[in-house]
Amino acid sequence: MRIEQTVSARDAPGLRHTTHHRVFWLLVAILIATPVSIVLLQIGSAALAPRSDAWAHLAEFVLPRVIGNTVWLVIGVTLSAAALGTVLAWLTAVCEFPGRRFLAWALLLPLAIPGYVLAFVLVGMLEYSGPVQTLGREIFGPDLAIPAIRSRGGVILVLTLCLYPYVYLIARNAFQTQGMRALEIGQSMGLSIRSGFFRIALPLARPWIAGGALLVAMETLADFGTVSVFNYDTFTTAIYQAWFGLFSLESAMQLASILVLFVFVIVVLEQRLRARADFAATGSQGTGLGRLRLGRKSAFAATGFGFLVLALGFVIPFCQLIVWTFGSGSEFDARFFGYVWQTLVVASLGALLTTVVAVCLAYAVRNRGGPARWLARWATLGYALPGTVLAVGVFAPIVTLNNTVQELLVRAIGPGAPQILLQSTLVAMLLAYLIRFLAVAHSPVESNLLRITRSLDENSRILGVSGWQMLRRVHLPILRGGVLAAFTLTFVDIMKEMPITLMTRPFGWETLAVRVFEMTSEGEWARASAPAVAIVLVGLIPVITLTRGSSRVD
Amino acid sequence: MRNVKLMLVGLLLTIMSGCGAPDAELVVYSARNEPLIKPMFDRFTEETGIKVVFVTDKAEVLMQRLQAEDSNTPADVLLTVDAGNLWWATQNDLLQPLESAVLTENIPEYLRDPEDRWFGLSVRARTIVYSPERADARMLSSYEGLADPMWRGRLCLRTSKKVYNQSLVAMLIAEHGEAKTEQIVKGWVANLAADVFANDTAVIEAIAAGQCDVGIVNTYYFGRLERDNPALPVKIFWANQGSGGVHVNVSGGGVVRDSRHVENATRLLEWLSAGEAQSMFASSNLEFPANPAIAADPAVAAWGQFEASRLSLARAGELQSAAVRLMDRAGYR
Amino acid sequence: MWIELRGVSHEYGGRRNLVDVSLRLEKGDIGCLVGPSGAGKTSVLRCVAGFEDVCGGEILANDRVLSRPGLTVAPEHRQFGMVFQDYALLPHLNVLDNVRFGLHALARSARRSRALEVIEMVGLGDVLQSYPRELSGGQQQRVALARALAPRPRLLLLDEPFSNLDVELRQHLSAEVREILKHLGITALMVTHDQAEAFAVADRVGVLRDGRIEQWDAPYNLYHSPASRFVAEFIGQGVFVAGQMTELGRVRLELGEMDGELNREFPAGTDVDVLLRPDDIVHDHDSTLRAEVCGKSFRGSDILYSLCLPSGDHVLAAVPSHHNLQVGEHIGIRLQAEHVVVFPRPRED
Repeated sequence: MRIEQTVSARDAPGLRHTTHHRVFWLLVAILIATPVSIVLLQIGSAALAPRSDAWAHLAEFVLPRVIGNTVWLVIGVTLSAAALGTVLAWLTAVCEFPGRRFLAWALLLPLAIPGYVLAFVLVGMLEYSGPVQTLGREIFGPDLAIPAIRSRGGVILVLTLCLYPYVYLIARNAFQTQGMRALEIGQSMGLSIRSGFFRIALPLARPWIAGGALLVAMETLADFGTVSVFNYDTFTTAIYQAWFGLFSLESAMQLASILVLFVFVIVVLEQRLRARADFAATGSQGTGLGRLRLGRKSAFAATGFGFLVLALGFVIPFCQLIVWTFGSGSEFDARFFGYVWQTLVVASLGALLTTVVAVCLAYAVRNRGGPARWLARWATLGYALPGTVLAVGVFAPIVTLNNTVQELLVRAIGPGAPQILLQSTLVAMLLAYLIRFLAVAHSPVESNLLRITRSLDENSRILGVSGWQMLRRVHLPILRGGVLAAFTLTFVDIMKEMPITLMTRPFGWETLAVRVFEMTSEGEWARASAPAVAIVLVGLIPVITLTRGSSRVD
Repeated sequence: MRNVKLMLVGLLLTIMSGCGAPDAELVVYSARNEPLIKPMFDRFTEETGIKVVFVTDKAEVLMQRLQAEDSNTPADVLLTVDAGNLWWATQNDLLQPLESAVLTENIPEYLRDPEDRWFGLSVRARTIVYSPERADARMLSSYEGLADPMWRGRLCLRTSKKVYNQSLVAMLIAEHGEAKTEQIVKGWVANLAADVFANDTAVIEAIAAGQCDVGIVNTYYFGRLERDNPALPVKIFWANQGSGGVHVNVSGGGVVRDSRHVENATRLLEWLSAGEAQSMFASSNLEFPANPAIAADPAVAAWGQFEASRLSLARAGELQSAAVRLMDRAGYR
Repeated sequence: MWIELRGVSHEYGGRRNLVDVSLRLEKGDIGCLVGPSGAGKTSVLRCVAGFEDVCGGEILANDRVLSRPGLTVAPEHRQFGMVFQDYALLPHLNVLDNVRFGLHALARSARRSRALEVIEMVGLGDVLQSYPRELSGGQQQRVALARALAPRPRLLLLDEPFSNLDVELRQHLSAEVREILKHLGITALMVTHDQAEAFAVADRVGVLRDGRIEQWDAPYNLYHSPASRFVAEFIGQGVFVAGQMTELGRVRLELGEMDGELNREFPAGTDVDVLLRPDDIVHDHDSTLRAEVCGKSFRGSDILYSLCLPSGDHVLAAVPSHHNLQVGEHIGIRLQAEHVVVFPRPRED
């Protein structure tokens, strides 16, 4: 019956169908999760190969020790980095003490020091043959007993110093948003500052801290460089041993897939922890006025603590690098600017791509929820895989694709067809970075997105500002801190990254990290110092931009 | 808007750059690092007019890459260190046999593949270093001897995860069989003065600082420290003289199975095996030339003559996996 | 612009939370939706705004369909304004820029002057450059209002706009908002849980219950002739007492007969419940009808007494506050009602 469908009034312009955008966002999430799925599938399919005798050997002699070590390490580093990052974030975001302004951004600097460099410097200094112990023996005699730096505690210390900035950066963002308000609420309820911190400010910042801590846990699991300086056996070193020592890539992949499962469990736990409360409300503006003035003693302690962390995590290793740079006559020739330039190009392109995709992913989660949330977790698993394993996992499918295309080309044109090498293009490189570092960019963006309440969106739409305009005029200004943080973290991470860069760089494409690898691969640490210093200096650029960006909130 | 479009085009061009095979007559995958090989290649191009491009990476990764790229690989030559890696490359059919009179003449048989798929280009010796102040050279004899209880608390070793130690133990297995070798390795572990170190340099420094008295290292690490500090209170001892010889390993290379420039590739290897190139290749890293006709660097020669183990390096590669397992069992981390 | 909802239904999470909602606002009228929480007030507002899709019925404005099942005009195309409960101010913009935010349709040069005009109108001329976090709640509310009004919306929606403010400010602001809206001649629909606010602002009030409109009417009618027992109980104060219809079409109560205008007719002898508002009972010193004071609450100009009748029934009476009686004392009262609200007594079975 046509008549029933006739509407008495005319349809207004702009009438739209309504169910499409949920499907759209689900598709976005699926698209983003696809590359990592291919890589994980690659690893998983290798894992399905029958257990070799290499596996039996690993299971009997290697795994028992390695699993205990890994669990200790992950728990130790995650907890201490979370605690350190949170405390420093709280101090610099809410309190007032001498040096706060400087420390607020300086405490991000350890980010620019690659973990293996910090490990090498600290181990070199604090070992028996190092200057500290040598001096100690000269003063106090040869029987001086100093706890060994190459121990579980030592690894945890070094990794904590390297990784706390992830928590610091993200938690600081949260505390800044809360401002003093959380404390004021606490005081109005008769809580002391201390319990105000523990009972209001901290729980409010929990999703932020948890996001940072998750990154720390994943990075710890994936770390190879730092633990090998300490000769501390972890799951990752077992993977490399299976591959390089036992020549069993299958066993390595089997171990890697166990690692992925393990990480997925951590991720799910974090997700559940987070899901218990709706944090969207914490987003609204803090007063932003006033800071908590610390008493003389506390202020002194805060300043001292901040500078101690800065010294251990940045100043000491950086000074050592500088000394080496000048002592070893490392070459600062014209080619060096080429490395810096190529590093900048690679890191900015990679960070840009990763951040944009992370923002899309965060929106997919926001607009679709449910399945998109799981896909997002899945898509960020690449961060927990040891770099070389991931590099191979990314490389193999690209090469397969390349060879298929090549074959088609030869079939079409004949044997004279040009040879294509997708695997050595920046495209492959950027894709690999994306898979690896999506987690790093996703975390700050996602937690920042919680600040944009539904009513902000709706208000914008009803005022006729929708789509890209809304993104530009409402979301990006509010997300700016998170997006900047995402970009910075990814940028610095890509700069330090070695295995993927080595494997997928185009011919003749040399970055600073590649230079560091060239030197350290033959144990020439001193000669690696020049590119390492350059990494730190280039890393300063986004860190300073970031602090300038976020200081406007101060 | 036009600026944005221009930028996008530029970006795209940058991204696509490097797409397609490099325009070169020779592509090298090298596990030897750039500062060591770049000068050699420049020289080679100068002399022969053959343009060389290369990528560096870990040996294992490069070989994985060759395997994945299969017949579409752009690579012509694989350069790497350690016989274990070269052995694995042949096992996985990554290299092709070469018929080169030059190479067979320049490189002694025990320093190349029995089927001539790879050739050693420089020799590195892994031997004992000691503190002349605290250890009597007369008490030193062999790798096996370091398992003696008299070295209890006096030995420093590098981690077993380094391929150099894996090759060393593989050689011991070839010589003594697994059971005896395991006893030796257990003896070492019992004698350790400190947890195993991450690199050879740290071992030498620990001896210099007095943390331990003896250790096993590659000579070029010693050479580097000695160069920086001529008064280094550590000395080299040539192990196993008269009982098998010092454990030597090689850095070497071969031509990739699906190379599109076999002729040029062979030419590079031949060029590296003789004359000044061979001398440069070895001495740039304070190693020994593989070609016996070429003299070693004076700093290296100053350590004295020694008898090297003649055990086929291919055999050491074959036994590497067994060596790793043995060390795991013996508790050598 | 007029707006009309015709039999609108809406589902949320598989549950139908609006059923057959119909209402119409004429141009320049202010409508208000009240009801207990969860009744669907905000859902109506969100459907009108276009944030929610309807699954039945249609929403029309000036003879054009804005929503019907499967099709919805996007909020950004409706040219409405909305004031949100949490104000939804943009934290990174100052007052001026917040207000200027929705003025993209104007020429660039006209935006500033329009924004200033509206800001002046809501009395925020002296905090132009302040950021939302630096403003008090009342000021934030005014910014939200100014921002919604600036683009001259065809319809203004207000979602519990005063709920975050203290009582005094709320009364003051609600009167002011009505004045502004009337002055501009803007059609508006507001949601509130405070009926005093609804009465102060609205020309028409709708009472919602479980997703249905119980009554859509002028405040006066809502109060004096509620369409259902629920509306009667929800709007204003009052208690039901038992009564019976007389032959003359009056209602007989324990307190006597009522002769006001009845909201509906019943046959004689019907048992009914009669709504007695506090202002239906007046203090009369001379009355023979006396009741005991069981409770009292001082309200400034009057005192609300809860009175116990001999039968045990309770009634409320608002008495000028100079008659200050203690609990337990007796007071003379008289019925005085122009409107009598009667409902059939539910059967007790």
